Amino acid sequence: MDTSILSWIIWIPVIGMAAIALIPREKVKTIKMVTAVATGIQFLATLGLWSRFEESNGGFQFMERAEWIPSFNITYILGVDGLSLPMVILTGLLFFLGTFVSWNINRAQKGYFALYLLLNTGVMGVFLSLDFFLFYVFWEVMLLPMYFLIGMWGGPQREYAAIKFFLYTLFGSVLMLIAILALYFTCGRTFDMLQLMQTAPTALDGVMFWGMSAIKVIWVMLFIGFAIKVPVFPFHTWLPLAHVEAPTAISVILAGILLKLGVYGILRINYTMLPVAVWWFAGALALLGLINVIWGAMCALAQKDLKKLVAYSSVNHMGYLLIGMAAVIAAGEANGHNLLAAQAGLGGAVFQMFNHGTISAMLFILVGVIYERAHHRDIEGFGGLATSMPIYSGIVAVAFFAGLGLPGLSGFVSEAMCFIGAFPVFKAIVIASTLGILLNAAYFLWAFQRMFMGEMNEKYKELPEINKMELFTVIPLLVITVFFGIYPRPFLDLISSTMNVIIDTVANMGGIAGVF
Amino acid sequence: MTGNMIMNYSLLILFLPLAAFLIQIFIGKRLPRQGDWVAIGAVVTTLILAIAMFTSMLIGHEPHFAQEASFTWLDMGAFHIELGFLVDNITITMLLVVALISTMTHIFSIKYLEGDIRYSRYYAYLGLFTFSMNGIVLANNLISMYMFWELVGVSSYLLIGHWFEKESAADAAKKAFLTNRVGDIGFFIGIMLIFSTLGTFVFSEIFNGIAAGKMGGSILTFAGVGLFLGAMGKSSQFPLHIWLPDAMEGPTPVSALMHAATMVAAGVYLCVRLFPLFTPDALLVIAYVGGFTALFAATIAITQNDIKKVLAYSTVSQLGYMILAVGSGAYIAGFFHLVTHAMFKACLFYGSGSVIHAMHHALHKKHDHDTDPQDMQNMGGFKDKMPITYWAMLISTLAISGVPLFSGFLSKDAILAGTLSFASHHPGHFLLPVFGFGAAAITAFYMFRLIFMTFHGKSKMAELVDDIHESPKEMTFPLILLSSLSIFIFYTLPYFNPFSDHGWFMELIVASDAAVPGNPSAHHIAEGIHHAHYTAMALSLVVAALGIFLSWTFYFKKKLSADEWAEKFKPMYNLSSNKYFFDENYNKFLYKPFLKLSALVAHIDWDLYDKYFINGFGRVGKIISFFTGRMDYDGLDQTIVDGIGRSARQAGGVLKFLQTGRLQTYMLFALLGVVVIVLIQSF
Amino acid sequence: MDSLNTYLFIASILFSLGLFGVITRRNGVAVLMGIELILNAANLNFLAFAKFGGMNISGHIFALFVIIMAAAEAAVALAIIINIYNNFKTINVDDVQELRQ
Repeated sequence: MDTSILSWIIWIPVIGMAAIALIPREKVKTIKMVTAVATGIQFLATLGLWSRFEESNGGFQFMERAEWIPSFNITYILGVDGLSLPMVILTGLLFFLGTFVSWNINRAQKGYFALYLLLNTGVMGVFLSLDFFLFYVFWEVMLLPMYFLIGMWGGPQREYAAIKFFLYTLFGSVLMLIAILALYFTCGRTFDMLQLMQTAPTALDGVMFWGMSAIKVIWVMLFIGFAIKVPVFPFHTWLPLAHVEAPTAISVILAGILLKLGVYGILRINYTMLPVAVWWFAGALALLGLINVIWGAMCALAQKDLKKLVAYSSVNHMGYLLIGMAAVIAAGEANGHNLLAAQAGLGGAVFQMFNHGTISAMLFILVGVIYERAHHRDIEGFGGLATSMPIYSGIVAVAFFAGLGLPGLSGFVSEAMCFIGAFPVFKAIVIASTLGILLNAAYFLWAFQRMFMGEMNEKYKELPEINKMELFTVIPLLVITVFFGIYPRPFLDLISSTMNVIIDTVANMGGIAGVF
Repeated sequence: MTGNMIMNYSLLILFLPLAAFLIQIFIGKRLPRQGDWVAIGAVVTTLILAIAMFTSMLIGHEPHFAQEASFTWLDMGAFHIELGFLVDNITITMLLVVALISTMTHIFSIKYLEGDIRYSRYYAYLGLFTFSMNGIVLANNLISMYMFWELVGVSSYLLIGHWFEKESAADAAKKAFLTNRVGDIGFFIGIMLIFSTLGTFVFSEIFNGIAAGKMGGSILTFAGVGLFLGAMGKSSQFPLHIWLPDAMEGPTPVSALMHAATMVAAGVYLCVRLFPLFTPDALLVIAYVGGFTALFAATIAITQNDIKKVLAYSTVSQLGYMILAVGSGAYIAGFFHLVTHAMFKACLFYGSGSVIHAMHHALHKKHDHDTDPQDMQNMGGFKDKMPITYWAMLISTLAISGVPLFSGFLSKDAILAGTLSFASHHPGHFLLPVFGFGAAAITAFYMFRLIFMTFHGKSKMAELVDDIHESPKEMTFPLILLSSLSIFIFYTLPYFNPFSDHGWFMELIVASDAAVPGNPSAHHIAEGIHHAHYTAMALSLVVAALGIFLSWTFYFKKKLSADEWAEKFKPMYNLSSNKYFFDENYNKFLYKPFLKLSALVAHIDWDLYDKYFINGFGRVGKIISFFTGRMDYDGLDQTIVDGIGRSARQAGGVLKFLQTGRLQTYMLFALLGVVVIVLIQSF
Repeated sequence: MDSLNTYLFIASILFSLGLFGVITRRNGVAVLMGIELILNAANLNFLAFAKFGGMNISGHIFALFVIIMAAAEAAVALAIIINIYNNFKTINVDDVQELRQ
């Protein structure tokens, strides 16, 4: 299909940004409207993409290819498949909703919304680019606005949080850059991901770096680069800080999309370019997942700040995802071609990626709602809010239940799939991590009890109920969560062809896995 | 009625309460009467449908009737889940029980919760509960069973926490959910074990797989025990029994519906449904847990003074009975007891609700807000004031104590016969019938204690009795209906023998054979039960009479003083009245240390790991950059870079004297230059 | 005495005198006079080359140009000197050393 829809999706926010640059800073309303229109059009475009997407095709669709820097073999390649499409739609949706979450930003709105749109372009670019160089450029494009958005519009410790986030991520980026260059020079001087997927496994076979297998070295460098974004224990500590300090909309984007970029990177690059090393690393991946689950849950249990609790819950939820991802090796020969488990695990991981995007976004929006009213987020400082804000409490209850993986809400399906998929391969790890089911419930319910139940805190008797604008941002996420919880089939139909391609790629490397 | 019609009816029964829930939650408050008629209308319709199905079952008289329907829930190729529903005679009976008790609860609540601040929410949650409970009943596979299982947990959470302003209610709700989750972990592991071996969640396929020998041995035992853990959580079996007594913080009709009759029975229902897959070892675990719980909870119930707490422990004990029945193979007897127990226990709870309601109003009139309206020590002599409540509760008590002519006698007898038969085949497990008979005696004792303390004798607060009145007819109607359903005849039709459980139930609901190769067949178990029947009956009559007699001497005739006896057995009394200190010990050895550990982990994560290790990189970087900065500035910049500048400046200082500003000097230099060039040229 | 060398010799003397005047004189007007001498030495050369060296008419034209140029230059230079005088109250070029560091 010859179309430039992907380019439009990526560059629409930049057009919006240019428009904002021309608007005088006093015209705040116009700036907001431009942002809303730009993100809205982009969201509609992603929906259009979805409607024209062929589910049965596991490869890339809507490909675009153009010369960029021919002397280095750098090309502008875009494409979308079942792995990136859900994330593209989620990005479109969350940026659109995020505009309205940002409605109450009260200073330097021009800069804020301009950077916000730039961030949007960066994120979309990462999901859609199929050239490694382009990928890296977008990856960095995304980093910079984030730094300013946290550092200028954040909470009291914003500068510290921003610089920490920036340095942490940059450290990962550097490793990633080295890995990209290593791939470039060893695999025929190309940045084209599609070519690299073909050539890398054979080109790297037997190559050694510093006495270690090149595949492993590159894999681990890429993994660390992405793991920082996920975040995988022990690279997670930037997350709570950045979340606590970031303005609400940015927390939403951070939890909803940026964390997924890490997972996306691992699946897109580590899994398909260096599938052999997946075999070598899967056990560690599952173990890291277990640590994420338990560690994140225990940290969340001890938090006094609601936003920090939600931030740690992200660490916890990403753990399930890692366990599910590791399950992909079940399809290999060594594990008896258990395709069923691999599909459940990988599908569960990608589904969890999406679900966590909607659920954590919802949670952060809801935290923002109460923060806006009470100007603090201390869990112990509330009490009995269910009486004064019944609608808000009801929505929080659903969001919390979604977070603790209640059946009937989407989080359950993906978590259960991750477990079911990983179980045949990593029995002990999965059984240990089911403890997370309990801890999840414990920290959410305990927080819920302390904030919403019990005697009403007189101080907050007159707190206004959640308003229409806030409802408008939460309801779509709520509906998605409930819908996929009851009927997950549409989502899994969307991704399953691509999942099978990835599983094939990894599983067929089972024979080569013997070399390690 | 055709199979398809039955399926359609079942789906209607499933989804009507859900529709009521949605209407209530979104627009309930704006409807007249806060929309309670929506909820009541929905459940009454389900009751009518359930009765229709039930009559068609009776008329059709097909013991092996079964109808399944399913749809694809998700499909990724190899990984493929079908969710579906199964309707057979067990399902139909259970649907009727749920619909009946649920309807009664809805009606009872009209007056009991009149004027409550969250009246419409309350009905909404009842609808959610009824929906999810029906879901459990109808599930034909483990995944939808698990899903509805958890939904039931949520509705229980919401309803226990209905009066969440009370800290104790909020605590109890949380405790119930979390304790259930402990069981659910086991449940989920069981599901995973089964799915990873057999690749299916559907009951019938699982049984076929096991029968074909695809799964067995210790893995199957573990899977069975895992699934049973789920049942332990929901059915409040030892050591996960701690949540049920606390759950009495919820409104009393809720306690009747969920925490006595239906929801807690879901665990038993699960065991009944999955009976064919339990291995002998798993069944032994089940039997011992059930038997022990039956006796253990009964010993706690003796000393409780809160009327609802007595009933709560009684429920735990009776659930233990049912579990014991499953464990000893007589699972149909267990299911039978589930049905009869649902009727009389719900009735007892409504009765207690009626009493509490009356107490509450009497106390309210006296402007007494300190006295506990649930404390039996403040009651007594209500018999004449509340005759309907009294008679209903008395009939139910006779039933639960196992007195002939009442339903409890039949079902209890069947269970005890089952344990006796089991013990006669496996003499090593003689403890199981001991648990059973012991619990039966104690049950009779404490239930009559409740009746005597509440309705007979004299109240400590005599002035209250004048203000005690019978409850309105919305509350007495369920009492009358359910207590009459505790009469034997409803279970033995078309026969009239009060001493034999032979009737429609035993004819239509038949045991299926175990799928595990080598387990005794259903026929074999039935034979054993039949043989033990008369012994069990005689023994159970003796223990029930003994219990009732002792209770009568202590609390009616007061020949023996309960206080003195309590003094004599002080340590035992303390253990019992403090519920064996379970909450305290869990608190001390589990919750608190774990919370401390979590705080420690968070501290390590944030204040040590992040602050010192991660920020350490920053700090090391700072130190290094300090030195490189020094080297850069002092060494490179100041000496080398600036050095070049300085030397240039010095050279300039010398050379500047050449620049005189006089054109003539410059010209002279130019001339000299020309001369020099000329000279060079000429050589 | 009608060979090229004679003319060149006279011109070189004239040039040297002019150069000497430019370098040694302190008076700005005197320096100008030196420059005029140098220019006229050049004119002499042009005319000599026109007659003996084959420059022909070009030499004459160049000489005419130089004379015109010299007139213009003298005008500008005198204007500068008057300006210098106005600013420094002297026409001694040694005292005008603003360019010096």
